[in-house]
Amino acid sequence: MQQEFPIVPPPETSSPPPTLIDVAGLSLFYGSHQALKDISLGISERLVTAFIGPSGCGKSTLLRCFNRMNDLIDNVRIEGRCQIGGEDIHAPEVDVIELRKRVGMVFQRSNPFPKSIYENVAYGLRLHGTRDRRVLDETVERSLRGAALWDEVKDRLHQSALGLSGGQQQRLCIARAIAIRPEIILMDEPASALDPIATMKIEELIVELKREFTIVIVTHNMQQASRISDRTAFFYLGELIEYDATPKIFTQPGKRQTEDYVTGRFG
Amino acid sequence: MPNSLPAHVVPAATSSRRTAGWMGIRRGHRARPGEWLAEHAIFAVALSTILLIFLIFVFVGREALPLVFGKVSTAAVRTFIPPADLDRLPPETIREYLGLSDSDFKAKDHDTLKLLMEVRAESAQEASTDRDAGINTVSWRYLLRPHQWTGYDKPSYIWQPVSGIPKYNLVPLVIGSLKATLVAMLFAVPISLAAAIYVSQLAGGRVREWTKPIIEMLAGIPSVVLGSFALLVFAPAFKSLFGLDSLLNATVAGLCLGLTCIPVIFSIAEDALTSVPRSYTQAALALGASRWQAAWQVVLPAGLPGVFAAVVLGFGRALGETMIVLIASGMASNVSWSFLDSVRTLTATIAAELGETPFGGAHYRMLFLLGALLFTVTFFLNLTADLILHRLKRRLEGGR
Repeated sequence: MQQEFPIVPPPETSSPPPTLIDVAGLSLFYGSHQALKDISLGISERLVTAFIGPSGCGKSTLLRCFNRMNDLIDNVRIEGRCQIGGEDIHAPEVDVIELRKRVGMVFQRSNPFPKSIYENVAYGLRLHGTRDRRVLDETVERSLRGAALWDEVKDRLHQSALGLSGGQQQRLCIARAIAIRPEIILMDEPASALDPIATMKIEELIVELKREFTIVIVTHNMQQASRISDRTAFFYLGELIEYDATPKIFTQPGKRQTEDYVTGRFG
Repeated sequence: MPNSLPAHVVPAATSSRRTAGWMGIRRGHRARPGEWLAEHAIFAVALSTILLIFLIFVFVGREALPLVFGKVSTAAVRTFIPPADLDRLPPETIREYLGLSDSDFKAKDHDTLKLLMEVRAESAQEASTDRDAGINTVSWRYLLRPHQWTGYDKPSYIWQPVSGIPKYNLVPLVIGSLKATLVAMLFAVPISLAAAIYVSQLAGGRVREWTKPIIEMLAGIPSVVLGSFALLVFAPAFKSLFGLDSLLNATVAGLCLGLTCIPVIFSIAEDALTSVPRSYTQAALALGASRWQAAWQVVLPAGLPGVFAAVVLGFGRALGETMIVLIASGMASNVSWSFLDSVRTLTATIAAELGETPFGGAHYRMLFLLGALLFTVTFFLNLTADLILHRLKRRLEGGR
């Protein structure tokens, strides 16, 4: 997959593929603590972009900016600009619900609802007003196939989702996210609680999903970032240290800090 | 695999069988007398609590038992043995006639027995000539079915324990209890569940900090105070608002009863909803749900077992509450569908009448029967609730 895009030029200047998420001068404060410092980066359509960095570096916080999940926390102040598809997502006229329809999210711990497998996938559709049983059935099947889960659960769609294994639950969460056809899927360490085999399945799935969705993934696992992502951003203490094509970050990083981190000298 | 285990690790099944000494110390476990003592002391306390509840039920049930088996009769006796026959008849006949136990009978001298027989003859001669006087009013037929008593124009359910012919129909009391409880639940359940959803899911940190303790403080108000409030403030307002003829009725009592249930239901339901993982809410919000949709469609169904338990406990509280209904229900034993009639509940009846009834009499035993009835109803209510709860939990946790 590394051959599919130019390695050397930085993403800001590369013309294809087009930039979908455009962040400029973004700062975020929790009360008086500044968690993100003047971040600027562009995330391209239909690529996998990985955010790496040590704990507390702000990578998850930035991810949560993209679907405004930070709104749920009191005392958060955001400065700067964050555009998705040319639209400023923090503008007062933006409907958060519409935004979250466009920007789906998969969490670190799989969190299927205590409902049936079918209802889990159908939840987002029902939420946005789909009542037609046939449409629901089709979408549930397509989404579960899309998340490589259909063959494992097709005979027990109406049993509780909590009876699935951890890896299956996480793929169910991905199916639930893609059921409402978002443009972007945000993944916050989606495989950190899974065993190696389940992790491998999730990684294969992410590479597969890249064809239809733009994926931003936060990960602690650097092998994972190098295996599945096209571009990698390295964060440290709330700052974006380096952002480049993944092979470049891992083989010839431009900054000393990046090199120290990816080679395991700190982190 | 077992070969790779260190030598001192014994498989669990074996180690539990190899106990040593009075503390049941297993091999490889050091003796900890303090822990052993604490463990067993807690167990003993728990066991004695269960035993105590059982004993209370046995005691209450024992007092009511003669009624259940028809050993008590309120029927006026019209036939009597002339006192002069005392020496002529065999002692066994006299003993049975006077209803004395063997030892009691032997302890009484001739004059006392004669006196007892005279009293008996006198009361038989003075017995009411009412056609109802011969009825044993504590037999099941009169406890449960309507009867056309003298002076009534149709068969009716009457609770009138202190009268020439005591009438003990249970139906008006059961209906009274159910009416007051129903009003209380209709009032308290929606309010407390709405408050629980709001406080646990929608309110900000500041509001939550204040609301929860204030609502829970309602539980600390003595019910006699609430009852007085109902009698002196609420009932007159209610009466003038709806233009009623009488002050106290099932609705007034039920609404005040609801006030005592609100903190119980709210507190438990709020805890249940708060303990639903935040990740469910986050997942719903990330899919584009509003906070309300997340609370209603995801958190509430997930917290349903706890919410259900809260409602059942509230129901038990309403059914068992005594003081408020004693003060504010009107205490008239009506059988009607109207919630604006006065009611007399099981609990208030026991409270009002137990102190003024002779020990061991039919009325006394009847009140214990009411107590046993309440006990049984609550027990089966809790049992059913528990079964439903387990089923709900299993379904949520991924079982069939």
